[in-house]
Parts: sequence; C-alpha cells; structure tokens
Amino acid sequence: MIRLEQVSHQYANGTLALQNLNLEFGGQHFTALIGPSGAGKSTLMRVLNGLVRPSNGKVWLENTEITKASDAVVRLERRKIGMVFQQFNLIRRLTALENVLIGRLGFMGTLRSSFKAYSRADRELAMRMLERVGMADQAWQRADTLSGGQQQRVGIARALAQQPKLILADEPISALDPKSSEQVMELLLEIQQQDSIAVLVNLHHLDAVRDYAKRVVGLRAGQVVFDGRADQLDDDAARALYYGENDTAETASDALNLERPVVSMPISVPGSSAVITNQFTINSYTHDPAGLSNSRSKKEWK
Amino acid sequence: MKPFEIHRITRAQQLDAYCELLGQKFFGHTVLGNAALLGVSGLMLPGAFQKEKFRIIFKESMTSIQTVNIEAPAKVKRQRLLSTFMWLGIAALMVWAFFGTEISLAKLLQGVGESWKLLFGTSDKPNSGFIPPNFSRFPEYLEQILLTVKMAMWGTALAIVPAIGLSILGAKNTSPHPVVYFITRRVLDLLRAVPEFVLALVFVVAVGLGPFPGILALAVYTTGILAKLFSEGIETVDAGQIEAVRAAGGNAFQAFTHGVFPQVLPHVASMTLYRFESNVRAAQVLGLVGAGGIGFFLNEALRGFDFPAAGAIISLIIVSVFFVDFLSSKIRERLT
Ligand SMILES: Nc1ncnc2c1ncn2[C@@H]1O[C@H](COP(=O)(O)OP(=O)(O)OP(=O)(O)O)[C@@H](O)[C@H]1O
Ligand SMILES: [Mg+2]
Repeated sequence: MIRLEQVSHQYANGTLALQNLNLEFGGQHFTALIGPSGAGKSTLMRVLNGLVRPSNGKVWLENTEITKASDAVVRLERRKIGMVFQQFNLIRRLTALENVLIGRLGFMGTLRSSFKAYSRADRELAMRMLERVGMADQAWQRADTLSGGQQQRVGIARALAQQPKLILADEPISALDPKSSEQVMELLLEIQQQDSIAVLVNLHHLDAVRDYAKRVVGLRAGQVVFDGRADQLDDDAARALYYGENDTAETASDALNLERPVVSMPISVPGSSAVITNQFTINSYTHDPAGLSNSRSKKEWK
Repeated sequence: MKPFEIHRITRAQQLDAYCELLGQKFFGHTVLGNAALLGVSGLMLPGAFQKEKFRIIFKESMTSIQTVNIEAPAKVKRQRLLSTFMWLGIAALMVWAFFGTEISLAKLLQGVGESWKLLFGTSDKPNSGFIPPNFSRFPEYLEQILLTVKMAMWGTALAIVPAIGLSILGAKNTSPHPVVYFITRRVLDLLRAVPEFVLALVFVVAVGLGPFPGILALAVYTTGILAKLFSEGIETVDAGQIEAVRAAGGNAFQAFTHGVFPQVLPHVASMTLYRFESNVRAAQVLGLVGAGGIGFFLNEALRGFDFPAAGAIISLIIVSVFFVDFLSSKIRERLT
C-alpha cells in the first residue's frame, strides 16, 4: 500500500538520514524496523506519513505520489496512516475519549472541530476503540492521570479511530515496563491479524522482534542492510546490523563484555552517607539492544 | 547496567562533595567577582565562613583516604568568569543609575515630619489630613469603585482574543514565518511601550470622557502584555502533542486548537487573571485623565485639598484591590 522509490533525505543541517531506499510496506504484514540509534528509523516513519518530505525520490501511498502533492492532499492521505509514539503524545489535559477523537479530526470541518462538535458516530467509534484496547473504564479520565501502558493503549485507540490502512509505531514500548510492553505488542499483533491493518513497528528489543514480526527491515546509516523474514535474523546478522560489517565477531563481543568507560557525577545528600551516582555509558547504549550479551536471558524484556 | 547506583561513601568523601557544593554555590566566583558580590550584598560572609570551617574538617579527615580532584573543568571556570562579569556589569549599572536620581537618606529623614502633617493634619487644623478619613459620600465612592472594577473586567476581556491571535504569530514554534514573528514582536513592544494614560487621552479625544475610553486604553495595553505572556507559554508546549494531531490528519488550525491550546489553557487563564488584578489598579490611574471611575474622584479630592475625602477613597481602593487579588489568586490556584 505504500512504496518508496529511490528515497533519500538530507536534513537542513546536512545530516544524510536516508539514502536510496526502495521499500514497500503493506500486504497486511507485521514488519519490524530495526537498526542502531541514528540509523534513520524515525525519519523513515515521518517520510512514510508525509510529515517529512524527502529531498529525493518518490513515495507512493496507494495510487497517490505524496512527495510532490500539495499540503492539503498529503494531509488527507495521511489519515490512512495511524501513528503511535514512544512518548504516547496524548494531549495531557484532555480525557482519554477526547484523545481518541483526535483521530477523527482529519475527517471533520475545522469549524466543527474547534467547538469539539464531534458527531455521534465519531463518539461511538471512539468509545468502541477504547473498548477494543481495554480502556473503556478510563474513557472520562484525564490522559495525564493514566499509567504509561494505559496511555499507550489510548494512543493505539487514537490511531485506530482513523480507521487506517497502516499503523506506524515509533518505539511504542521503549518507555514501558515489561508487562505493559507485552500488552501493547499483543494488541498491535491482534490489530494486524484481525483488522488486516499493516503494522510497521520500530523496535529496539530483538526478542520482541522475533516474537511478533513476520518481516524485518534493518537500517544502518540510512541504508537498508537487512530485509527478510524474522527467522532469518540470526545473531550474526544482528551483530552486523548493530556493530557494522567490518567489526569481527571478536571485537563486537569485546565491546559487550568489557567494562565501558563511565562518566559519573556524584551528588551528595547532606546529612546522609549515600551518594547517588548518575552514570552514562559513553558508548550510548545503556541497555543491550541486540540481546547479544551472554549475561542476559533472552526473554528478560518481557 | 543500572543507570543509577547508590553506594555508601566515607564521611570524608561526603564532606568533600559538600565542600564542592558550597564552593559552587557561595564561592564559585573569582576574588574579583566575590568582591563585586560583597559590594552588592553582605550576604556572602556567612558562606565564606562556613566554607572555611568545612575545609578544616575536611583536611583533618583526609589523612586516611586518597585525594580526589576537585578542580573545576575549564568550561565551568569560563562560565564562572562570565557570571562574574555579569555581576560586575550589574553593579556598574546600579552605580550609574545612582547619579541624577538625587537619592539622599538625610533629605528623607529631615522631610518625614512634613508628610506626617499631610497624613494626619496639623494640630491647629484638625481633620485636614488623610486620617481620619471622611466617609460621608461612601455610596458614591462604592459605585465608582465598582465602575473601576467593571472597566478592568472589560479592558481585560476585550484583550483576550486579539492577544491569542497575536501570540500565535509571535511564538517561535507557531509563527508561520520568521518575518511575521519579528514584526509581531515589534508590534507587541509598541503596544506595551505607550503608557496607559496616554492611550486613555487618545481615546478620550476620540469617544469623549467617561469609562469607555478607559476600557479601550486598558484593552490595547493589555493586548500587548497578554500576547507576549501567551506566546511565551506557547513556546514551552510539548511538540509531540502537536505532532500527534498533525499525524492524525489534523490541519494547522486544528493543531493549534487541539494540540497547543489545551496545553496553554491554564497559563492563559492564570495570566489573564493576573492582568485583571493589575488592570484594577491601572483603571484607578486612568480616572486621573478623565477616563471615568474612582480615579476621577480621587483626582478631584486631591485637587480641592479635601484630604479626608481622599483618605476615604484611598482606603476603599486598598480594600477593593485586596479583595480582587484575593479572589483572583484563589481562582488561579485551582487552575491546572
Ligand atoms: N530534525 C532534524 N534535523 C536534523 N537532523 C536530524 C533531525 N532529526 C533527525 N536527525 C538526524 O538524522 C539521523 C537519523 O535520525 P533518526 O531520528 O531518524 O534516527 P533513529 O534511527 O530513529 O534513531 P533512534 O533509534 O535513536 O530513535 C540522525 O543522525 C539524527 O541526528
Ligand atoms: Mg527514533
């Protein structure tokens, strides 16, 4: 349903985020998008829903080419794509139900929407979507009073309210605990299977990728370096994706096992003998994205 | 790896960290900077004293553990130097501002007795000062005080819609174009730069004496202030919530009404109420130029040397300001 043709994107500051991508999503698949930080995953998602216009190439959304289309056309096409965010991005001061109704804004007139005059059909649809994600009881609760997992489920209901053909989820479980993560992933899988909505999830947990995704697309430095079935993604492929082709297996595992340099900043609490040390590993990962370290059980993220 | 690690440290390490903290807070500045600070306020002395005490205790307990480097990195030092210069600059500005203002403690002490006479009257002419006040025209004053509050209410209310419109154009993240942003900001500066009573005079000429020109003057001035305050609120909103509305197919207008506005609503309401409080005070001054309300009566009383009447008016103004501030701050507390 969505096709990229020779798509490249360079940000205004010169960063080349995507290079010559030829990809197709749809066919009601559950696809995982993986790759190291800065690989361009979020940029790709924004290109797919037209929030970012790529500097080169074409994006076909069904039969419309959206890179050259007017803003108004892109906006109408965008309704076919629901988006789920890492930080949920609910309107914090609105109720869960009002947040789901945001998904209907694109289908309403501007004037009607400013008076929040949602039609009865829209309100019923929104409530059904909340039921669908198991949040009907919290429909009238303000979004900022919900837990992270609950907020993400409302976020999914908002995407569903668009009655989309594709759902893009940018790291939907990165801010969640293992149990909520599992609920959210199960929900996305169920939606893909029952409603035949294609789902594209950007993930950092390789175990979740293997458990849920059918197809895996690996990005590295803005290029596709892996595109295949999830069961083809073995440890070597993952290592190459996250640490680069040139790294031998030895240096890669060295990097994993060795104590990484740590920057720490002691904060003393007067009158107590504890020092809280805030540590940042220099090598950017505070968790083990590829799940390659031997000391971790593979199912630990759950 | 856990992002946070809590472990026990020795007393000496704790003292060291505490000294570092004190050092940054009280004595982070260079000798010159501290001299300037001391010049501005004498508050630094206890800090210096404490720091010295801690240094001694710290040195005593140092014998058993290895030394740590507490030298601040170059970047921090540069920042300290910068802040030293900033304080020096402020001190210099204050010195500059002293000349020409005729600040003189001696003059104040000599003259205090004179204002006493104005406040309480002289013994040969009792009841000629502000105190005791003369409340004989109380109903009239009350009516005028209420009129003043009404002026403030409408002067504020009329400003809200234009202020919201201008604030969208004048906030970096919602402005359609940098040029629009720049022009809007200058227009807002202009609206605020003209004093309210000058605006009132202009409107008195246009629509005649009375409360209406006062309301118009308040509305124009308040638009400038509120638009600036609102745009600062808009600049702090979470961009993710706006992106969510756009990603769902919302247009630019909906991105504002559903993404930005709910986020800034408490700020907008609170700032509006705050301006209302200020406008109650401003409306009193406007009476002085014939723009209606209690200020008009106060001006009359002062010009006719009817100080007891002025005393009554002023005490009523104080009560009304007190009352309005109390009410509005109670409402503001409830906004979240
Ligand atoms: N608005 C922007 N302006 C300039 N450069 C940007 C912008 N957004 C992203 N980039 C750059 O583009 C590259 C790709 O970023 P992107 O956010 O797509 O990566 P990502 O794969 O989503 O990473 P992560 O896993 O950390 O979310 C990075 O080098 C990033 O610094
Ligand atoms: Mg990202």
